[in-house]
Amino acid sequence: MKVTFQIWRQDGPTDKGRLKDYEVDGLTEDMSFLEALDHLNELLVLKNEKVIAYEYDCREGICGQCGIFINGRAHGPHANMTTCQLHMRSFNDGDTIVVEPWRAQAFPVVKDLIVDRSALDRIIEQGGYISAKTGTAPEANSIPIGKDVADKAMDAAACIGCGACVATCKNASAALFTSAKINHLNSLPQGKPEQHRRVLEMTKQMAYEGFGHCTFTGACEVECPEGISIVNIAELNARILKARLLG
Amino acid sequence: MLNAKVPEGKIEEKWRNYQAQSRLVNPANKKKLKVIVVGSGLAGAGAAATLAELGYDISCFCYQDSARRAHSVAAQGGVNAAKNYQHDGDSVWRMFYDTLKGGDFRSREANVYRLAELSAPLIDHFTQQGVPFAREYGGVLVNRSFGGVQVERTFYARGQTGQQLLLAAYSQLNKMIRARKVEMFTRHEMLDLVVIDGKAKGIIARDLQSGKIRRFAADAVVLATGGYSRVFRLSTLAIGCNGSALWKAHKRGAFFASPSFTQIHPTALPQSSEAQSKLTLMSESLRNDGRIWVPKTKGDTRKANDIPEEERDYYLERRYPSFGNLAPRDIASRAAKERIDAGYGIGRLKNAVYLDFKHAIERFGMETVNDRYGNLFTMYKKITGIDAYTEPMQISPAAHFSMGGLWVDYELMTTIPGLYAVGECNFSDHGANRLGANSLLQASVDGYFILPNTINNYLAQALKEEHETTEHPEFSKVEQEVKEHIDHILAVNGCKTVDHFHRELGKVMWQECAMSRNKSGLQKAIGQIKKIREDFWTEVNVTGHSNELNTELEKALRLADFIELGILMCTDALDREESCGAHFREEYQTEDGEAVRVDDKYAFVSAWEYSNGDFKLHKEPLDFEFIQPSVRSYK
Ligand SMILES: Cc1cc2nc3c(=O)[nH]c(=O)nc-3n(C[C@H](O)[C@H](O)[C@H](O)COP(=O)(O)OP(=O)(O)OC[C@H]3O[C@@H](n4cnc5c(N)ncnc54)[C@H](O)[C@@H]3O)c2cc1C
Ligand code: SF4
Ligand code: FES
Repeated sequence: MKVTFQIWRQDGPTDKGRLKDYEVDGLTEDMSFLEALDHLNELLVLKNEKVIAYEYDCREGICGQCGIFINGRAHGPHANMTTCQLHMRSFNDGDTIVVEPWRAQAFPVVKDLIVDRSALDRIIEQGGYISAKTGTAPEANSIPIGKDVADKAMDAAACIGCGACVATCKNASAALFTSAKINHLNSLPQGKPEQHRRVLEMTKQMAYEGFGHCTFTGACEVECPEGISIVNIAELNARILKARLLG
Repeated sequence: MLNAKVPEGKIEEKWRNYQAQSRLVNPANKKKLKVIVVGSGLAGAGAAATLAELGYDISCFCYQDSARRAHSVAAQGGVNAAKNYQHDGDSVWRMFYDTLKGGDFRSREANVYRLAELSAPLIDHFTQQGVPFAREYGGVLVNRSFGGVQVERTFYARGQTGQQLLLAAYSQLNKMIRARKVEMFTRHEMLDLVVIDGKAKGIIARDLQSGKIRRFAADAVVLATGGYSRVFRLSTLAIGCNGSALWKAHKRGAFFASPSFTQIHPTALPQSSEAQSKLTLMSESLRNDGRIWVPKTKGDTRKANDIPEEERDYYLERRYPSFGNLAPRDIASRAAKERIDAGYGIGRLKNAVYLDFKHAIERFGMETVNDRYGNLFTMYKKITGIDAYTEPMQISPAAHFSMGGLWVDYELMTTIPGLYAVGECNFSDHGANRLGANSLLQASVDGYFILPNTINNYLAQALKEEHETTEHPEFSKVEQEVKEHIDHILAVNGCKTVDHFHRELGKVMWQECAMSRNKSGLQKAIGQIKKIREDFWTEVNVTGHSNELNTELEKALRLADFIELGILMCTDALDREESCGAHFREEYQTEDGEAVRVDDKYAFVSAWEYSNGDFKLHKEPLDFEFIQPSVRSYK
């Protein structure tokens, strides 16, 4: 299989950056997309050129470190999938594939396809936790939690922090990410004592980091690898109102 | 000479006795003491957050862009705890026994007992931190069973238990970052350890974004860097997982225990091409309801669904009737290898076996199977394009977990005073084979409960000593060595890629130092790896510079250490002339292929000391006081 990658090359945060063409032969359909880039990088080394910088770690869709804009879509052509789960069988021989980094004001480019997503960590820092010290917990079964409540919390907790929701949103909003964490914690009895403060401080940080406002286009839930539903954002909006009244 | 510092008393009382006698540090003094924690997985994040809550001044490091990405995140199946919620006869004692037996009696009794003892409070802890564990309709917690045991003691959060536990640890870490008690250094890789007057006093790390080499001083250093099975290249680990921090500590004096004890997991996705970079795990929990088989006829080319029931060989059920598909991992992997080597393998490369849910779906219905394994089936489909509801999965053994690691005493301190190792990177609890769902437990318990109780004993002393700063000449010396090492790699300027050498190393390790080993193979492997090392240092090409983000350089530095570690692993496997757990020496087996352990000669932990490029063996004898080792049978 032979394809042409058009890849964003940018030497550092201050470099302007540009798309560069790489024709690559010898690929197979079984290869993952990242393995195809690995292959290209080996070819570049053999030509004594600098490798393309891109991110990954687990390569099984759970760590959230990979994230590339492929042919104009976050994580590539399929819905609800990470970049590392994408395989070359999703492309045709002879295709041209455009490969770019996440684009958002809050995610500055570090190098080539790597961006800085530490803004997401800082949102969590503002309340994405339950303040209970090690050693203070009551017996686990002493607070029953209905299966429906636990399941719903789990649905929201599944977010892998990849930032695809931000990258795909025309407003570069982090509402899906932030609402997922808030709904996970606020729906559990253990998360209730700090619920209002959590809502107010995490959403404040979200705005401070330069993420845009959510206008409910729904683009995020299409790309989210964990299928986090946009209903989470509606629920967050209700929580914001409540927190402003009671918090 | 090796002193494990196991406390006196009955096994049930050892930990309490230890805590009663250990020295404490006055709360007001804790903030004057600095601790470096390398790693932000369950062990590292748990330790960093808890030590910070106690008042210590913490710096925490990870190589990823966020602490939330540590490879603990990938664990699927669950975490064990002796809660006995299911009323099925579980207890701390039984869990202790299962773990010791599962490890084929090659671990230290006192540590294993403590692991079982601290398991129940860990579930309380994580529940309070907001982990959405699976629940019954009535609101109480659910359990399932995992390989190698006959009780249901595994807690889980869908198929994402590791992710949920790690996110809880990460959230607690963030709470302490916000409180300015932890300073987090993401995209920082530890490249060496600084030892001053025999004590661990800091690290040298590379800022992966700028390429800058930086010095960090502290009163104690905790390594929580996870497993090193990427030495095989193809494994279930993340691509960045490495053995470098351990290896550098080893070269500075920390003994390395049981380095060759590696768990090969029976249910990963098979390799499909040379270009493959990793093997994805399919959770062991699938074996609760899935049945493993191969065709009874060699080289059968029919599709799985076309092979009638009577022509299928459910070989685990056949060989191990009482545990069947739930036989422990080492046994299940070896049995798969036996069938594949004998020519019964399936799939395009004939390197896999079937894992079939047909009967489970018939018995429990689609909905229940979906509820239990839905996300694993989705993941399988994303990667292979195959629907496991209608066709059996194809699975194959893969390198998965390092039972070996830095030797630690009961306090989790290595042989270098002030250097601790927690989580997968120490050797302590799993012996020669780890039971499923015991490792999230061990990493968490080490970080949250044990280290915060033992480190005081050392720091109480450190308080009286001078705090070293990065101005100490030893820091500049080690920094210089790190820089020279990097320059050396960049200067080779050869004609082969780093990945080329990693593939070569992986092939040798997988062939000779994985599921079955023998004397001549291991001797040959050591020679081959030495040759790979020589070629690496004369033929590798690493493009780019040291003072920039350079992913190729990162890989090269990790591989250089893996190559040396590979030699030690083969040396260890060669030395141990017995079969135990995952370490199967072909010379030591019964007629029907079961392992033969040699207790009178090898009932010890092998702890290796580095000496000028060679390795010297020290033995920690394993005196079993409370449980008599028996032949480990799962028939
Ligand atoms: C696919 C998979 C599934 C698993 N499933 C289960 C399961 O169901 N149940 C179970 O009990 N166990 C399971 N395990 C095992 C278990 O997940 C691990 O043993 C455990 O999570 C290890 O935790 P840790 O904190 O020791 O290391 P990790 O979580 O691996 O963390 C290592 C940390 O060290 C950092 N680090 C590494 N090297 C350096 C360096 N040189 N410099 C700076 N930082 C560094 C990394 O950035 C990371 O933060 C599974 C393992 C795998 C691979
Ligand atoms: S909400 Fe979805 S898309 Fe956004 S960060 Fe989380 S997993 Fe990624
Ligand atoms: S590399 Fe971990 S999610 Fe893609």
